[in-house]
Amino acid sequence: MPNKDKIVDVPTVNKIARLCRLDIPEANKENLTNDLNNILGFVAQLDEVNTSNVEPLASVTGHKLPLRSDFVNDGNIEDLVLKNAPENSSGFFVVPKVIE
Amino acid sequence: MSEILDLNLVEATEALKHKKISSLELTKAYLKSISDTLSLGAYLEIVEDKAISMAKESDKKLMNGTARPLEGIPLGIKDMFCTKDIKTTASSKILENFIPTYESTVTQNLWNDGAVILGKLSCDEFAMGSSNETAAKGNVINPWLKNKKMSPGGSSGGSAAAVAARSALAATGTDTGGSIRQPAAFCGITGLKPTYGRCSRWGIVAFSSSLDQAGPLTRTVSDAALMLNSMAGYDQKDSTSANLKMPDLMDYLDKGIKEKKIGIPKEYTQDGISEDIVKFYEKSIDWLKDEGAEIISVSLPHTKYALPAYYIIAPAEASSNLARYDGVRYGIRQEASSLDEMYELTRGNGFGDEVKRRIMIGTYVLSSGYYDAYYLKAQKVRRLIKEDFENVYKKVDYILTPSTPTTSFELGKKQDPLTMYLNDIFTVPASLAGLPGISLPVGLDNSGLPIGIQLIANSFDEPGLISTARVLEKNAGFNFIADGAAK
Repeated sequence: MPNKDKIVDVPTVNKIARLCRLDIPEANKENLTNDLNNILGFVAQLDEVNTSNVEPLASVTGHKLPLRSDFVNDGNIEDLVLKNAPENSSGFFVVPKVIE
Repeated sequence: MSEILDLNLVEATEALKHKKISSLELTKAYLKSISDTLSLGAYLEIVEDKAISMAKESDKKLMNGTARPLEGIPLGIKDMFCTKDIKTTASSKILENFIPTYESTVTQNLWNDGAVILGKLSCDEFAMGSSNETAAKGNVINPWLKNKKMSPGGSSGGSAAAVAARSALAATGTDTGGSIRQPAAFCGITGLKPTYGRCSRWGIVAFSSSLDQAGPLTRTVSDAALMLNSMAGYDQKDSTSANLKMPDLMDYLDKGIKEKKIGIPKEYTQDGISEDIVKFYEKSIDWLKDEGAEIISVSLPHTKYALPAYYIIAPAEASSNLARYDGVRYGIRQEASSLDEMYELTRGNGFGDEVKRRIMIGTYVLSSGYYDAYYLKAQKVRRLIKEDFENVYKKVDYILTPSTPTTSFELGKKQDPLTMYLNDIFTVPASLAGLPGISLPVGLDNSGLPIGIQLIANSFDEPGLISTARVLEKNAGFNFIADGAAK
């Protein structure tokens, strides 16, 4: 992990915000950058742990993910699926125009 | 009225069964409590008409001899559980108008067993927080030392406050890193986080999917056992659900702990833990010893690294889970001229600061070039933490720890995110290992605030967890009621 003190700067914060599609007002950027550096500095403690030959653990269940046959098990619920959409039309979700 | 509020969940089921009270009376008493304690801010939504009609339905079943295990019991539901036709916001502005068209498995299990819904309970936004202060609609007030405005803890702060204030007979919660156990400790009630996989996650708003687990917040250990009996169960709709039958926990209430081995981890007595908590921790050890348990000193060497690992894994999973809030399929939308701008403004406007911080951290640790250094590293440390517990459970049956390093704190006093994260220092390790844990109240500190003690069992040993917790509960004899509780 990189140097603890200043892991991310404002341009990096802009880049991350862009990746996760999050509008951050200009006035909040410096505080957010400081918060992120504090948190990333804290988690950098993990560098002290020797993890060579340790397999990453993604799930504690120990069981294999179950599979099921590939068939439609609900369906005919178009109304319910669209019910909470901010905008819908003719059975579709509507978003701002993406093709000029 | 107050006599009916004195009944705990198990006592209320008996009183209902023997027709000493009706569900309608009980439910109305709780609806009155809710209106008497509105200033605590525990409820986001109250469904009076539905509560009354469910109570009447329960009374019919109680009369005709077809009562189910939780027949007529009025419950509060954390706003993380999707409830059909009842607004479910996860305490977030981005979901302020969301009305689910389906019911979560856990709440459906409760209704199938006869329970009555009172309403939806506030929590930290998307269950991210330890003080209930990140809730979009404002914090909840702990009913203890009500005038001082203490935090109920979080994220299940509304659930814990409602049970302590007697505005719900019991409540559901979710626990990702301590979100049931820490608020239970702060509010002087019992909170149980089951083994990962015990309760279905289907229909629960997802925060960190490899850690999220539902559980009960109740007045007593027996109440928790009765609630979990109904909440738990295999569910095909959750691929991580455990296909393992849980025994009836009510059969384990009085098994005792003779010849059981209790581990005392040396890493849990660190600097910064309050003196009163240490005192009650030592008392708890003595109680278990006096009841015939063998006390064994153990070590969980990677404990120190649980919190940093958690604050990589949980935000990483959160950043992925919360990508679904895009202003397209549900929730609010901020209109904009382009699709990307619509996403950015909707999310920027809809999420609060703590949620944004975690999405940012999660996105960073999963981004190209940093994935191995942060995310993969944290997953490796998670295995070491799990192995620590596996090694200790070769020698002992249960582990006893304090639930939190301090008792509740005043709202608005802890602003720094990192300081807030330290609240979960004793609850996060068991979460990372997927183990069941329970926090129960054992005493009050010198300012009159409740102190919680945590027991951690091996995977799927909820029965033993209940037996052991009952022994502690009997010895502690905690029978204080919060000054802000409904009378």
